[in-house]
Amino acid sequence: MKAPLNWLKEYVDIDCTPREYAETLTHTGTKVEGYELLGEDITGVVVGKVLAMERHPDSDHMWICSVDVGAEAPLQIVTGAQNVSVGDLVPACLNGAHLPGGKVIKTGKLRGVLSEGMLCSIGELGLTVHDFPYAIEDGIFILQEDCAPGDDIRDVCLLRDTLVEFELTFNRPDCLSYLGLARETAASFGKPLRLHKPEVRPSGDGDDISKYISVKVEDTEKCPRYSAKVVKNVKIAPSPLWLRARLRSAGVRPINNIVDITNYVMLEYGQPMHAFDYGCLSSKKIIVRTAEPGESITTLDGNTHPLSPDMLCIADGEKPVALAGIMGGENSEITEGTETVVFESANFARMNVRLTSREVGLRTESAARFEKGLPPVNTVPALERACELVQLLGCGDVVDGMIDVCTADINSTVIPFDWKRVNELLGTSLTFEQQAELLEPLDLHADGKGNLIVSPYRSDVVTTADIAEEVARLYGYNNIESTLFKSEAKEGKYTEEQKFVRTILSTMTAYGFTEIYTYSFISPKWYDSVLIPADSPLRDCIKLLNPLGDDTSVMRTTALPSMLDAISRNRNMRAQECRLFENACVYAKSESDMSDEKKVITAAFYGGGSDFYDMKGYIEGLLAEVNLRDYTIVAETGNPSYHPGRCAAIYSGKRLIGVFGQVHPTAAANFGLEIPVYAAEISVKAAFTAHSPDRDYTPLAVYPAIERDVALIMDDAQTAEEVYSAARQYGGKTLESIEAFDLYKGKGVPDGKKSVAFRITLRRSDRTLSDDEADAMVSKLLKKLGETKGITLRI
Amino acid sequence: MKQQINKIEISAAAEIAAAADTQSLEAVRIKYLGKKGALTAILRGMGSLTPEERPVIGAYANTVRGKIEEEISARSESLKSASLASALENEKLDVTMPARKKPLGRLHPITQVENRMKEIFVGLGFDIVEGPEIESAYNNFDALNAPADHPSRDRSDTFYITDDILLRTQTSPVQIRAMQGKQPPIRIISPGRVYRCDEVDATHSPMFHQLEGLVIDKNITLGDLKGLLELWAKAMFGEDTKTRFRPHNFPFTEPSAEVDVSCFVCGGKGCRLCKGEGWIELLGAGLVHPNVLAGCGIDPQIYSGLAFGIGIERVVMRKYNIDDMRHLFENDIRFLGQF
Repeated sequence: MKAPLNWLKEYVDIDCTPREYAETLTHTGTKVEGYELLGEDITGVVVGKVLAMERHPDSDHMWICSVDVGAEAPLQIVTGAQNVSVGDLVPACLNGAHLPGGKVIKTGKLRGVLSEGMLCSIGELGLTVHDFPYAIEDGIFILQEDCAPGDDIRDVCLLRDTLVEFELTFNRPDCLSYLGLARETAASFGKPLRLHKPEVRPSGDGDDISKYISVKVEDTEKCPRYSAKVVKNVKIAPSPLWLRARLRSAGVRPINNIVDITNYVMLEYGQPMHAFDYGCLSSKKIIVRTAEPGESITTLDGNTHPLSPDMLCIADGEKPVALAGIMGGENSEITEGTETVVFESANFARMNVRLTSREVGLRTESAARFEKGLPPVNTVPALERACELVQLLGCGDVVDGMIDVCTADINSTVIPFDWKRVNELLGTSLTFEQQAELLEPLDLHADGKGNLIVSPYRSDVVTTADIAEEVARLYGYNNIESTLFKSEAKEGKYTEEQKFVRTILSTMTAYGFTEIYTYSFISPKWYDSVLIPADSPLRDCIKLLNPLGDDTSVMRTTALPSMLDAISRNRNMRAQECRLFENACVYAKSESDMSDEKKVITAAFYGGGSDFYDMKGYIEGLLAEVNLRDYTIVAETGNPSYHPGRCAAIYSGKRLIGVFGQVHPTAAANFGLEIPVYAAEISVKAAFTAHSPDRDYTPLAVYPAIERDVALIMDDAQTAEEVYSAARQYGGKTLESIEAFDLYKGKGVPDGKKSVAFRITLRRSDRTLSDDEADAMVSKLLKKLGETKGITLRI
Repeated sequence: MKQQINKIEISAAAEIAAAADTQSLEAVRIKYLGKKGALTAILRGMGSLTPEERPVIGAYANTVRGKIEEEISARSESLKSASLASALENEKLDVTMPARKKPLGRLHPITQVENRMKEIFVGLGFDIVEGPEIESAYNNFDALNAPADHPSRDRSDTFYITDDILLRTQTSPVQIRAMQGKQPPIRIISPGRVYRCDEVDATHSPMFHQLEGLVIDKNITLGDLKGLLELWAKAMFGEDTKTRFRPHNFPFTEPSAEVDVSCFVCGGKGCRLCKGEGWIELLGAGLVHPNVLAGCGIDPQIYSGLAFGIGIERVVMRKYNIDDMRHLFENDIRFLGQF
């Protein structure tokens, strides 16, 4: 909402700088976003009187004018315009003058003749014929104002003002008016508010509105109040300069006196108004009703809108003549020939205006205001103000009588005023009188009997908390003493799961992984990219009704594609190696309407000579760090996003903790990655459930261990785990550990076979193990491996 | 014979001193002290001596043998240290050559700032509570006193899954869940992802992060809200940080405030970052609206509460002087490695 300060000064004295004004209003809750100094872009332009004109000797169209600019001697100014005559008053740019758009005028020569300035047009002053209807666009601006040579053009044309931009809050639709802003200004500065009560002189000619029109409101919910007045003998003409200038500084284009009056009143009272050409209303009836099936309306902007039955319109006896609260119809528009006008000043329910305006795609000043919920109390004062202006401008005869169909509550409300509770909420110790004094300029009147009488346009003030805010903002938030809450002392806590996640994050960063943040919503196409089959439940994802675009249209059920996208971005930026991880949710559909949100740690890397076994090392290290000891890692061949031969799943018992491995080369290629990429996805919840919060001390070994290294010939398809599990089975308590440490294929090893070296560590906790015992155990294991698996010792 | 021994002593000493490495020193040792060595030969030849001479010469020869052994050992030590010194000299490195990089990973700046905030509030006795990102419209709006026609509910502002289910636009529904679950005193913060229908640009993202706080107890005042946030701002941005409260309107708080902190770059003098204002708008706050308390079964006549919501990205951007929010979600390690 923008307001020119000159207009506000009509109601309250403002004698500070615009900056001080902005600060003060901002601190009392009417936030000023900024301000613009209107007319600042014009300097050095004064009224000039053309004293004499002669033809330019070297031009067939230029004139050399002698112009009195209020200085001792007239200036010589050359102009190419043809509409100037001796005696005219014109805007004259002096040497060094500035015009809108940054144009600077300098003394110079035009075809050899000295020109000490320039005569200018309305366009060059940033004006249009709407601002000065008597001027022409294609020629010099011949002034018809009461002015003298040397007068600053900005004062003559009323171009100077300060336009303040306010950011209004949802609860203050009453401030969508200059009167409302003036009230806040007066309260903020502690100055009196000069309110003007509109007065309409009765004509006493015996004529009455009832002879002209009747109003019927069929839908009082959508239209709680409809007020109307009639003006006859209308003389459509441009408005006077002061009114045009006011509208222009407010950013509204002047049109004609009747339309300008409705706009003026809308700005002043915040009450949108409409003027109908009475002659165009059939049956002399106004019916406020919802649209009938098949109806449509052509609005003032020339567009035709089909109407649906929930849209409220203003109709005459036959047809809609306005879209209620949004825009009038072309069929009843004010024209040059309009003789009688019906002024409408109504209150429309905000929801209907908003929905209708959205649906027909019409955003107007009027709709924007009704959408905020306007106080119904304003319709009549606004209507009277409009009629008062008609009389002031002498542009018509106001017919006596008014129609006012009102079902709205327009009375002041009375609420309890618990001023002590206000102090309790604010932490202040203001007296009743102090609080009452702060509230009074806001039209919130303490009656001294424990009540607060709230003006009807302040329906936002309902509870003690609301009163507290009004008191606080005028007392000054920054004058309230800062304190620390007095509450029991207690430990602030992270939950065990939050601590668990923190450990994961610190472990991942220690391993060189950098944390990323990606969007929770993705493109459904990304499921294709990571090769999720058509029938996979991962594709059954939660969809947004109103996504910004396809790329962000579904809630992800896997964070892998987002990760690959980030990996790809870094690869494209020529990062030699890259390790990333993310801690974020995936979203699955669930039985209830809500989603099943699961936190997942997704990690990936490429480069640096790292491979599958590095990822396995990170995973095992991470599981050890979070004290998840009881897990197995098994080959996972069925995950479509991973290399079928280089993927493993982590289980704790039957619970799947996660999966890791080389990303399927096709999936990687879908993200432009032609190199091996390794990834892991770990469910935080599953890992948290499986981890053990306590760490138990294991006594250090007392007796020495015996190590035996054996190289075994195995089938290519046989796994180290097969040897481990046999060793566990036959080794009993004596087996401390067994681990593969070398893999060899080639000369000396038959095709289809591999040689794997294992280190077997044996130890007893009760005594020293003898070499013979150790050898016997190894022999037994080798025998069993041979019998059951065909695995033999490499000789 | 004594003369012979003296000769041996002298020539051995000379040869030991001349030995340039451990092999030649060993050769000297063998030459004089070995089984066929000169001194050994002397001792063997003692049979020709008289019984009186024998012990005298024997003792003398052994003394000389001891001396030679000492000399050899000393020479050996010095040769070893010389060879070590030369080896060390040969192994000299150019320490200005580049390191083999051992990069640590970094936490995302959003996490870092969020962690710092958590630390501050946990220190003040706040618990950390999390909640779902896909929420009911009831928890996200109705329970927070947002009128049915509040513009924030529009499909142009909020992402919907169904008419009643949406992506939360704030972490405040977590506060509702906390209040529904328990009677005061309540002291929690709730950090997390939130969503609004904003196209991506330098200052907007459809997904961002908030940290909200809630304190409910008897006698919680607007002064307490100011005091708490001033404390937070000083902890977050430094002791010199000033805070300013401006009236505002949010559905779920009354009175409501917007809070500015003095510009981190210029300290309040006015600069490019703060657009000459000296202040940076950072968060929204207020006293919990009585309707919200009552809706959660808490009596607003007995209890009052303060609440605040901080946009984490906004703090991150201000703290590190980042001019474009897109950097935070583009995940370029050249960017992320800087924090």
